[in-house]
Amino acid sequence: MYHPLDALFDLQRALEARLDSDWLRGATAGTGAFPAINVFQQGDNLVAILEVPGIDKADLEIQAKDNAIRISGRKIIAYPEGVSVHRRERLTGTFDRTLTVPMQIDAEGIKAEYRDGVLALFIPRAEADKPRTIRINS
Amino acid sequence: MSPQELQVQGKREVEKKQESTIPARLFMPTADIFEDDNALTVVLEMPGVDKSQVDINVEAGLLNVDGRLDFSKYEGMQPVYTEYNIGHYRRSFLLPSKIDQNRIGADMKDGVLTISLPKAEQAKPRRISVNRAAR
Repeated sequence: MYHPLDALFDLQRALEARLDSDWLRGATAGTGAFPAINVFQQGDNLVAILEVPGIDKADLEIQAKDNAIRISGRKIIAYPEGVSVHRRERLTGTFDRTLTVPMQIDAEGIKAEYRDGVLALFIPRAEADKPRTIRINS
Repeated sequence: MSPQELQVQGKREVEKKQESTIPARLFMPTADIFEDDNALTVVLEMPGVDKSQVDINVEAGLLNVDGRLDFSKYEGMQPVYTEYNIGHYRRSFLLPSKIDQNRIGADMKDGVLTISLPKAEQAKPRRISVNRAAR
């Protein structure tokens, strides 16, 4: 019997299992490891989901070329002067990361959605990359 | 001076003192806390949480924050490569001074929750001036 309460736990286990996955074969590059990227398969297409809380949409830049997608930008945190700081855990700075996917993609068809600090990139597979079903003539 | 490069901050799990009935993992949101004479401000990063899914309550000197993720949008998606995990958020803080609970305010933007906790009048620092001693 399907329990919706288990669904989150199952998703968390599936995500945990793919940490250190070899799928990208070391094909991410960039000056740092921020932001962390999760890649999903949705049918024929890919979805990359990145967590970038507190980053203004205007400070985010996405570029695509061949099968590489580059995400860069900056995170600015401005606090008032003269306050007494109890805790400072959030980081500010710049980032620049490139994700190279192991398949041909339709760069023109990439869609980016940004909501609640989460950036989702919908990456369609190129038509040319899709296998062609070959009919057998009798 | 060139701006520093951002690093990923790994998510810290909540250390549960009691087991919950739901087996899902819970994470602590990253926090900045600062204070001035009028209020205590707590800023929490909870990416993926919509403001309608945030629960804030102050009880017995403790600030409790809960943020729920809508993970239904992950349906039909198969993870192939992951660098981070996701889950609901929870964090609590012991408040250092008396807060006026009626005036607690909260704002949420781009996954960042800013909670403003105004201090109760009696808790505000009183400046005591030292007069010249009478002879």
